[in-house]
Amino acid sequence: MIDFAEPLQFEFFRRALLAATMVGGLTGLVGVFVVLRRMSYIGHGMSHSVFGGAVVGYVAGVNFYVAAGIWGFLSAVLINQATRRRQIGADAAIGIVTTASFALGVALISRASRVTKNFDAALFGNLLSVSGNDLWVIAGVFAVTIAAVFMLYKQLLFLTFDPEVAPIYGVRAGWLDSLFALILAATIIASIRIMGVTLIAASLVIPPVIARLLTDRFARMLVLSTILGAVLGFAGMFVSYEFDIASGAAIVLLSAAVFVLVLLYVSIRQWVRTGRPSVAVDALASRDREALMD
Amino acid sequence: MSAPRKRESQGRVQEIIRLDGVSAGYEGKPVLSGVTLGVRPGEFVGVVGPSGSGKTTLLRLLLGSVPLYSGKATVDGHAVGGRKRPSVGYVPQLETIDWNFPVTVEEVILMGRAASSGPWPWARPQDRHELDRLLQRLGIAAFRKQHIRNLSGGQQQRVFLARALIRNPRLLLLDEPTSGVDIKTRDDVLHLLVELNRQGVTVILSTHELNAVAAHLPRVICINRGIVADGPPSRIFTNETLRLTYGGEMVVVHQDGMTLVADSPHVFGELDHLHAHEPEEAPSR
Repeated sequence: MIDFAEPLQFEFFRRALLAATMVGGLTGLVGVFVVLRRMSYIGHGMSHSVFGGAVVGYVAGVNFYVAAGIWGFLSAVLINQATRRRQIGADAAIGIVTTASFALGVALISRASRVTKNFDAALFGNLLSVSGNDLWVIAGVFAVTIAAVFMLYKQLLFLTFDPEVAPIYGVRAGWLDSLFALILAATIIASIRIMGVTLIAASLVIPPVIARLLTDRFARMLVLSTILGAVLGFAGMFVSYEFDIASGAAIVLLSAAVFVLVLLYVSIRQWVRTGRPSVAVDALASRDREALMD
Repeated sequence: MSAPRKRESQGRVQEIIRLDGVSAGYEGKPVLSGVTLGVRPGEFVGVVGPSGSGKTTLLRLLLGSVPLYSGKATVDGHAVGGRKRPSVGYVPQLETIDWNFPVTVEEVILMGRAASSGPWPWARPQDRHELDRLLQRLGIAAFRKQHIRNLSGGQQQRVFLARALIRNPRLLLLDEPTSGVDIKTRDDVLHLLVELNRQGVTVILSTHELNAVAAHLPRVICINRGIVADGPPSRIFTNETLRLTYGGEMVVVHQDGMTLVADSPHVFGELDHLHAHEPEEAPSR
């Protein structure tokens, strides 16, 4: 039986709990757009790309957020441009940009062994690594993202649903794409200490996919995914503490377990209603399913 | 200015679409070349041609989403691709829509005003009023809260038509609005468009349905990387123009005021069998 009171007496845990809850909500919210815009692979790649920037910044003595932020935004813009080129497949272009950046980070770590320990946390997440400053950064990114989604809701919905027609009807697609790339980069950077580079993509994908299974409404999916992400982040920290495993891994494993339970629930409910098995998965587009298996 | 030139100038000012020697395409490669075309307000025009002939490119050119390589193009008095966009409604091919996207009928229709209805996530009263009016007019009010996947092909077509109409456009462009639907739904959609056209909306649609175009539309443009023929279907649907457009033989029959187009029987290599059922009236050329 997990003793919920025990870890709460430690300040580092309370700080990490608050951070994980906000990160879960943030990735749950941003993840809705990532999943519906078929950008799961971009989220996965960008987190690896940001890792390279963070290592370069560390070695050069530049602030983590400044280095990772500039690197992440440039990567996002580069990926965005690459995906518009027809000669090169988008997945191949993303693979080149992001793995090259990740490899640069690994190469720098290999050269300077003093940074290895710190970057274990960046790779897999570590609740001990969250500082008070990190909390303010996460809260700031979360607040700005909520405000942007609220104020640009209609345009973001249109652009996500029908990117071909939205610009024809006056939606500023280029500007919104750049803003979204910036938000995605900021989300990944803010989440990196809790989730770890290798596991951020899962936190961007699993809560929105669970929410999609439970609703056919975009607004409800946004709210549900945000709440689910926050709850899974909160609960995952206790799992991390109790079983002494990396925080990112604990949150992702818990999220995957909840996904399986929800999928079972929805499938059985559909079976009872229609008499046909396995129709729940129809609610997910094929690319969403691919994202889950990525 | 001389009298004839002045008349010509006035005539062109009245046109809602004017293309002069236009070339357009993608990534530097022209799909359409040397297109000169004029459409007056209130016209109803069908664009036909084989797959890859440039039908969608022509519509996208008018929407300003395809680069113009040469020539001049204006829509409703605005230069195509310019800063100011004309009031155009566009219905894309339904095959391009993600039917699993979590969105309801009314949310899709309100997207038509997404860029002009203020920063709040909810619809303004005037947008709701216009939404209610369109739902009633197009006969889809009962489905307003439903997910778009749960509708029939004809109902889905009406939803995207409503999204275009909520902008109160003077020009409506539709990309293959009758593909993938049954004959009854196709006729319903075309009658709806005829009704809108009678109310003053200029309608241009691309389609593969030559007989539907011949039956419903007063003007048709045959294209194959450029304009092959332009005029009333009864005049321009001939074996020669269809051969130039599609690169294959087709049979054109004019009977009882109707123009009918059929595949040439020899295509299937069963000449003897099919000749036994040939119509009495010889195909026109």
